Amino acid sequence: MKEFKVTPIRNGTVIDHIECGMALKVLRIIGVSGTNVQSPVSVLMHVPSKKTGFKDVVKVEDRELDMKEVDKIALISPRATINIIRDFNVAEKFKVNLPDVVRGIVRCSNPSCITNLKEPVEAEFTVESKHPAVLRCIYCDRILEDVAEQLI
Amino acid sequence: MSFKGMDIVSIRDLSREQMEQVLDLAEKMIPYARGETFTKVLEGRILANLFFEPSTRTRMSFESAMTRLGGRSLEMSHPSMMSIAKGETLADTIRMVESYSDVIVLRHPQEGSARLAAHFSTKPVINAGDGAGQHPTQTLLDLFTIRRQFDRIEGIKVALVGDLKYGRTAHSLAEALNMFGAEVTFVAPPNLQMPRETIRQVEKMGGKPKLTSKLEEVIKEVDVLYVTRIQKERFPDPAEYQKVAGCYRIDNVLLREAKRDLIVMHPLPRVDEIAPEVDGTQHAKYFDQAFNGVPVRMALLLLVLGGELA
Repeated sequence: MKEFKVTPIRNGTVIDHIECGMALKVLRIIGVSGTNVQSPVSVLMHVPSKKTGFKDVVKVEDRELDMKEVDKIALISPRATINIIRDFNVAEKFKVNLPDVVRGIVRCSNPSCITNLKEPVEAEFTVESKHPAVLRCIYCDRILEDVAEQLI
Repeated sequence: MSFKGMDIVSIRDLSREQMEQVLDLAEKMIPYARGETFTKVLEGRILANLFFEPSTRTRMSFESAMTRLGGRSLEMSHPSMMSIAKGETLADTIRMVESYSDVIVLRHPQEGSARLAAHFSTKPVINAGDGAGQHPTQTLLDLFTIRRQFDRIEGIKVALVGDLKYGRTAHSLAEALNMFGAEVTFVAPPNLQMPRETIRQVEKMGGKPKLTSKLEEVIKEVDVLYVTRIQKERFPDPAEYQKVAGCYRIDNVLLREAKRDLIVMHPLPRVDEIAPEVDGTQHAKYFDQAFNGVPVRMALLLLVLGGELA
């Protein structure tokens, strides 16, 4: 089989083992819209993976992720790995790991929840299940199952 | 376990032991709640009653409870008269009110509002109903009413009847009853049946709730009929409402089938669910239940304020 037609990157981040079909959501999470990036972004979708059959991969040059972005990726793709590349070498590699409590990255799907009003609080959830991500709002108790739709 | 300073937001915040502690103390409060004995144990303490939605029983029973303990209540004027109408956040209102009082009782139309209030207040917050969310003091007084009648809750067969989908009292009561080992049956038309999430929660804690839409199937075997109001506004077609509302009318004909010591409970207000003829029977416990709000709320106020009866 022919290898990926994507060249290695000098500096940046490779987000690997993304759930199939989730790459475009990952782009949205890291704020890539097509007009706001200066360096190349490579998106590979539905590529063969030894572990999971198929996967998506996103490579972003000259960019490292903050923890909120990593947690958001964990919500939609709990098996993803983050590789931070510096000078063509993998400087850091880690699996995303959803914390037990998530704050400020997802909004509550309950329109009557107090956190959807103009109150000075961030929506906060306890993680009932990591894979798939199931969250419970600590304010109104609502269970959030379709997490990808509620990402902030 | 000390309750001092604790917020009472959801029944899930309390363990079975803590609930029993509240019920035991409520038992001791009865002569005070009836005005047969007097105490000044909370003299000088102030309760802020913040009701952003109409309420008769809950608001008045909290005020009565605080007064019976020797404390005072601050009543909010109509919300439209307050700064909330000028766009003040609930967080700001709470931070202002906590500086005027020792304990805050909150009813608010938004779900999660009591948790938010607890987050911003250093004084204990008691949830008196947050939208379609939790109403823990109602659950405690319901448990208290059952325990007073049967001297136990474990093994008691309770049918929750009516609007179990939207009725906020039904959800937390179902969970609490299960925690105490009662056997629960959910009697509702299919479109108003208990939400799946509550059923799952009950099952997760080892319960095996029965579901039915026919009251006749369970009337002979249950000890408690807990009737809730079917809310007319949920039905787009008035004829559909009439059909459903009528099928769970509790009257003396139906009660002829019931056990002699069956009790009928209702969080009130009732509309047509219970015929007035039932009021005079030994089954009717809904007014006792409304009274029980006072001793239960007295117990909670005393516990969260760290007072002790002499």
